[in-house]
Amino acid sequence: MIKLINVSKEYKNGVKALSNIDLNIKKGEFVYLVGSSGAGKSTLVKLLLKEEEPTEGQIYLNQMDITKVRNRKVPYIRRNIGVVFQDFRLLPNKTVYENIAFAMEIVGVPSKEIRRKVPSILSLVDLSRKSSSFPDQLSGGEQQRVAIARAIANNPPILLADEPTGNLDPDTAWEIMKLLSDINGGGTTILMATHAREIVNTMRKRVIAIQEGVIVRDEEKGGYGDEIPDVQKYY
Amino acid sequence: MEMKFQMFKNITKQGFQGMWRNRGMGLASVTSISAVLMILGLILILILSINSLVVDTQSKFDEIEVFLLNDATEEDITALEEAINSENGVKKVEFKSRDEALKIMQEEWGEEAYLLEGLEEDVLPNSYVIKLKDIEYADDIVKAISGMNGVEKINYHKEIIDKLMTFANYVRLGGIAIIAALILVSIFIISNTIKLTVASRKREIGIMKYVGATNGYIKGPFIMEGILFGLIGALLSIGLVYYGYDYFFESVSEKVYAWISVILVPPELIINDIVIIFTAIGAGIGALGSLVSMKKYLNV
Repeated sequence: MIKLINVSKEYKNGVKALSNIDLNIKKGEFVYLVGSSGAGKSTLVKLLLKEEEPTEGQIYLNQMDITKVRNRKVPYIRRNIGVVFQDFRLLPNKTVYENIAFAMEIVGVPSKEIRRKVPSILSLVDLSRKSSSFPDQLSGGEQQRVAIARAIANNPPILLADEPTGNLDPDTAWEIMKLLSDINGGGTTILMATHAREIVNTMRKRVIAIQEGVIVRDEEKGGYGDEIPDVQKYY
Repeated sequence: MEMKFQMFKNITKQGFQGMWRNRGMGLASVTSISAVLMILGLILILILSINSLVVDTQSKFDEIEVFLLNDATEEDITALEEAINSENGVKKVEFKSRDEALKIMQEEWGEEAYLLEGLEEDVLPNSYVIKLKDIEYADDIVKAISGMNGVEKINYHKEIIDKLMTFANYVRLGGIAIIAALILVSIFIISNTIKLTVASRKREIGIMKYVGATNGYIKGPFIMEGILFGLIGALLSIGLVYYGYDYFFESVSEKVYAWISVILVPPELIINDIVIIFTAIGAGIGALGSLVSMKKYLNV
């Protein structure tokens, strides 16, 4: 489902973010991507979204080499990947309902189907009551649930989550993890970059650890590992 | 086809929504658009008034009077008439006999007309009055007939017309220059206003791109929003300019300054032009402003 062959990324300012990454994630897997800040996790996410181009190597999503895809076609690639960010990134001027509907509208889902489907997705993330609220009227956990609902609205085969629990308190973080785990249970491949030691150690999945742009560990049901120092907690 | 239609529907809906939810920022755009259009309206009224003044004056002064010598022969007169008729730009030639000339003079002099009573019959000359299609032809015609037998004197108002035309041309040129400058300035102002709006929505555009929206899909609502703001600005300025001018025109015609209203174009003659021009420019500026200001943020 996700395959990287000998991928390297060097930024224009000379920073080498990733070196010779080989990676293969199969359909339906749930993978944690761990590593300290600046290790290259975000760069990897950006490469998968084609926000950045690799200096070297091939990246396959769904058997398609996205490094060969033209810029104009990037939106169509992104529609196969649901994304969830640490800072939620909801459209501030749209209600919860409209945020989810927007993701479907751009793909060309008929309005009748949107009207039918949005409520069912909202009930999936338990936010039916907040349908007409604006993002700034929601708590962090609720916003993240809306972001997840939006990410899965078009049933993408892949879900990328970049520190989805980073801005949330531990209880809320677990709610989000439960939701992601359910989504994974439905067959969606999930790649989650994270700093959350407790989550990785408790909800055991495949762990890929990156340090200084190199994969240092790739373990089924692995733990968070000692090679990565804990980030400072602000709460 | 159905999908295209739905996309258009979505874009329109989001344009309206965006307009409503960004009404604070929108107020700034609308205000600057209508301010520019209002100044444009004033200049337009000025130019149109000068134009109608010129046309008016031209129709009053676009004639040449050719006075004939008293001893001109029949042949001279016939030859002259033929010569006049063969020239370009002649609308009508009328023969004015000395009797008619006298009658006109008596009418013009009114109460003092008794002074004319003792005059010899042939004090006033016969003449041809040549009506022109356009004052431009005057010089050629005058040159062609001035040397002919039987012609005593040729009268025409070339200088007045020339001066007025030069003046009108300066006003028109000046007006067009000011309008061009204003449109440039307004596009600058509006693209900056919208740039502020767009900058504050840079994140929004970024998010749309993450979700997989194409540039066209992102641009659509913003352009629609710009057009809507432009149309509102146009509507506002049409109302202000038309009713403002109408009020001014009415109050001027009622008072001592009635002669001004002769020069000014009547409001109901320009309302159509104003509606068309303002709507087009308002919508155009709005769309262009959105496009210009968004360019930078679309490369995420």
